[in-house]
Amino acid sequence: MFELLGVPPQVLMGQLLIGLINGSFYAVLSLGLAVIFGLLNIINFAHGAQYMMGAFVAWMLLNYTGIGYWPALILAPIVVGAIGIALERTMISRLYKLDHLYGLLLTFGLALIIQGLFRNYYGVSGLPYAIPPALQGGQNLGFMFLPNYRGWVIVASVIVCFSTWFMIERTRLGAYLRAATENPELVGAFGINVPRMITLTYGFGVGLAAFAGVLAAPIYSVNPNMGADLIIVVFAVVVIGGMGSIMGAILTGFGLGVIEGLTRVFYPEGSAVVIFVIMAIVLMIKPEGLFGNNA
Amino acid sequence: MLRKFALSTVAASALLATPALATDITLGVLNDQSGVYADLSGKGSVIAAQMAVADFDAAGKGINVNIISADHQNKPDIASNIARQWYDQDGVDAILDVPTSSTALAVADVTAEFKKVFINSGAATSDLTRGNCQPTTIHWTYDTAALANGTGKAVTEAGGDTWFFLTADYAFGHALERDTKAVVEANGGQVLGAVAHPFPGTDFSSFLLQAQASGAKVIGLANAGADTVNSIKQAAEFGIVQAGQKLAGLLLFINNVHSLGTQTAQGLQMTTAFYWDMNDDTRAFSERFRAEAGAPPSMVQAGVYAGTLHYLKAVEAVGSDDAEAIVAKMKEMETDDPLFGKGYIRKDGRVIHDMYLMEVKTPDESENDWDLLKLVATIPGEEAFLPMEDGGCAFALAN
Amino acid sequence: MSSTETPKAALPAMTHTVGMPTHHKIIFVGLFAVLLILPFMVYPVFAMKLMCFALFACAFNLLLGFGGLLSFGHAAYFGMASYVCAHAAKVWGLTPELAILLGTLTAAVLGLAIGSLAIRRQGIYFAMVTLAFAQMVYFFALQAKFTGGEDGIQSVPRQDLFGLIPMRDDTSFYFVVLAITFGGILFIYRITHSPFGQVLKSIRENEPRAVSLGYHVNRYKLMVFVLSATFAGLAGATKSQVFHLASLTDVHWTMSGEVVLMTLLGGMGTVLGPIVGAVIVVTMQNYLAYLGAWVTVIQGCIFVIGVLLFREGIIGVLQKLIKKSL
Repeated sequence: MFELLGVPPQVLMGQLLIGLINGSFYAVLSLGLAVIFGLLNIINFAHGAQYMMGAFVAWMLLNYTGIGYWPALILAPIVVGAIGIALERTMISRLYKLDHLYGLLLTFGLALIIQGLFRNYYGVSGLPYAIPPALQGGQNLGFMFLPNYRGWVIVASVIVCFSTWFMIERTRLGAYLRAATENPELVGAFGINVPRMITLTYGFGVGLAAFAGVLAAPIYSVNPNMGADLIIVVFAVVVIGGMGSIMGAILTGFGLGVIEGLTRVFYPEGSAVVIFVIMAIVLMIKPEGLFGNNA
Repeated sequence: MLRKFALSTVAASALLATPALATDITLGVLNDQSGVYADLSGKGSVIAAQMAVADFDAAGKGINVNIISADHQNKPDIASNIARQWYDQDGVDAILDVPTSSTALAVADVTAEFKKVFINSGAATSDLTRGNCQPTTIHWTYDTAALANGTGKAVTEAGGDTWFFLTADYAFGHALERDTKAVVEANGGQVLGAVAHPFPGTDFSSFLLQAQASGAKVIGLANAGADTVNSIKQAAEFGIVQAGQKLAGLLLFINNVHSLGTQTAQGLQMTTAFYWDMNDDTRAFSERFRAEAGAPPSMVQAGVYAGTLHYLKAVEAVGSDDAEAIVAKMKEMETDDPLFGKGYIRKDGRVIHDMYLMEVKTPDESENDWDLLKLVATIPGEEAFLPMEDGGCAFALAN
Repeated sequence: MSSTETPKAALPAMTHTVGMPTHHKIIFVGLFAVLLILPFMVYPVFAMKLMCFALFACAFNLLLGFGGLLSFGHAAYFGMASYVCAHAAKVWGLTPELAILLGTLTAAVLGLAIGSLAIRRQGIYFAMVTLAFAQMVYFFALQAKFTGGEDGIQSVPRQDLFGLIPMRDDTSFYFVVLAITFGGILFIYRITHSPFGQVLKSIRENEPRAVSLGYHVNRYKLMVFVLSATFAGLAGATKSQVFHLASLTDVHWTMSGEVVLMTLLGGMGTVLGPIVGAVIVVTMQNYLAYLGAWVTVIQGCIFVIGVLLFREGIIGVLQKLIKKSL
């Protein structure tokens, strides 16, 4: 039988698919981060905490109000996005003209507060959240058993990622947004409320994180630390893709998921560090990132 | 610092002469109160220690016990610093709990330096009573060797004779894999392979598929906490168990099983030192504990209770806070408490008590959300823990 | 506070004299006096921890405050030095001064290797390169045999200083640590107030101009990077002798974050700021430990309040009030 470096092709196919699924999470999360960075110039270090909040809000909706997975997929991002908007209005908006460093520190502080509060009230062991009935079970693809839910994760994230890209790069609204980041005074002079647009953008980026959180709830443990370590990986994805590049974040997210998946087969111990190795190489050779166009 | 220690020994010998005087004891509960082990140790361990003091009626016996606690944040330098300060300045006589191996080893060293008492419940490393043993360390609840012995032996004997390990890539994971592998092979089983996953990890599906491809009958999960929970959750999702492979969680706490739910975890076998629903004594204790802590005690919290109780008995017998005499007394007296039953403490500090092989109930069997486990087998203490002779604890083997 | 403020603008005008101004002399004498009586006021081991972190923060400040380079990977030098020092003391049985020297040298070499790549990038990209390499160092520390993985290197002995003076007692070792950190901080001060420091400042303020004046900008940047890594290593190596252990905590990225916090909280680009910041953060971690999970919440609140209200840091605000650089 044909083997690649001692790994049968079926296994390799399975690992590629799984890498793609993990890449879906990276893509949605890094997309949110890239939108916020590209349009607000803020490095949102609270992104991991907001992802965690998305999962928790889904859990709360189910356990306190009986609202299930499907509505939660829409509601949780709205709730968390609204909280994000409140944070943006009261704190983050004061930092736009300052160095990146301050935005990063402020959001890092916010992440600590959010994670600490959730830890106090919900503990750290994690809370159960079941896969919605419609997506239980799976398909036998011949080379692997693909759970229906994982298939849905890929579909949902591809849809969300590309509609976001379309909205920002191809619609009038997106054009205003991009223009507003280039020259807020000028766009404001056209009668567009720039601060409000920026606020809503932040809310949208946060909503994307929460959306990823809801997607993750049924398969990963819902616990306050779930986003804490993810944030620097996602951050690395954004840098590799090119800071602020929407398409770069999406493609790099999926791509790195696959690369990480392959590392798990050939050198499993190294799978946690491979993204950083790639980041270092990319920054050395093409500092503006794979899809960026200005350093 | 030296002066202070000299003073306290003078005071101790003065007390020895007049046992009628009250003994002042300060206990320090040092554990994870904000990180991954906060639920299974944390505040619950402090409550357990307080209950032990109350149940022992320390005040009625002329022992004034004061309990303090702190969060070591799973960082060995913070743990070491707090332990030093407690011993040196706050008059702490014994430190309790201390989960995670790195912090436990650090505290064991500091305790030996100050010649106090360290009753560990939360840490897994068997090094506490092996290579890194200290005359002042007592390791109460479990260790990697006992976990390996319990689950590894039972599962192999029940026909699960080919294994594949999913190992958390750090010292604890590798120790657990090494110990279990030895047990599996000693019982006629075979280890087909292992894959080390980053710690902490979130997605295990890729490793699970590798385990599946190996064709082993049993997938041994040599990890802990959220990693184990996620591996089990994802194994269910990928239909690994339905496809005929068995999962063996090598270190699972009741809190983990609770967060998985019986639907996902049913049929899973695990080794534990304590389960709340064993007998009338454990149920009575757990009910009181739950009223204060909100959840039944984990084995770590139960170990803190039992360790504190035994320590206080020794204090009463010695009649002072002289650590050396107390440790000697603790090792001399049989251990006997409502949670762990009868047992004893070996010279190397290892507490010998029975361990239990449990199985997670099915949703039908489970009557409420904490009714999670049923007993499969009791593993006598002598069999569960590694013999002292094989442990390599120098001072215990010397005489 | 003006709305176009950048971290650079937050810096006070640095004095141009190369000799030490009087009020700085007073500060250093005062600092030394405080350090002399400190072990009799607070717990000596805790005091040593404060000093190690103060030196670490000062080393970081050298790079950020004076070099204008934000590294997000300083835990790598701090942690690796601590591992090498612990290994040297435990396995090779080296005396403290040799073990610490070896740890520091390791950090310097590591700093040279990473720095020579990182200085080719600027701003956030520079920060990301340093983070990437620090993650690789962390990975190495986790995988390598000699570091003991998650358990770390424990029970590290403290030999006699120079093989002569017993160091078992924490109070006597305190004065060794005092000499190391105070010397380190003075040295850093000297660097920043030398002609070399002036060139650094000009690069930070206007790099193209410095280039046009004929300075080899990258050589200066690399030098300050290596110096900063070296002193971070000195702090880490000393810490492993203080605590008799080296562990993963010291190489984890959160440690890199903590040193940024210390420096900014105290006031970057100031002499005293990093010291004050380190003292506050370490004290908080130590004395709030009984609050459990609330510690992270409180730490988060300090970050938020600091960024929103005291962007120049505590010493930065103080400087403005008394109109002298501190």
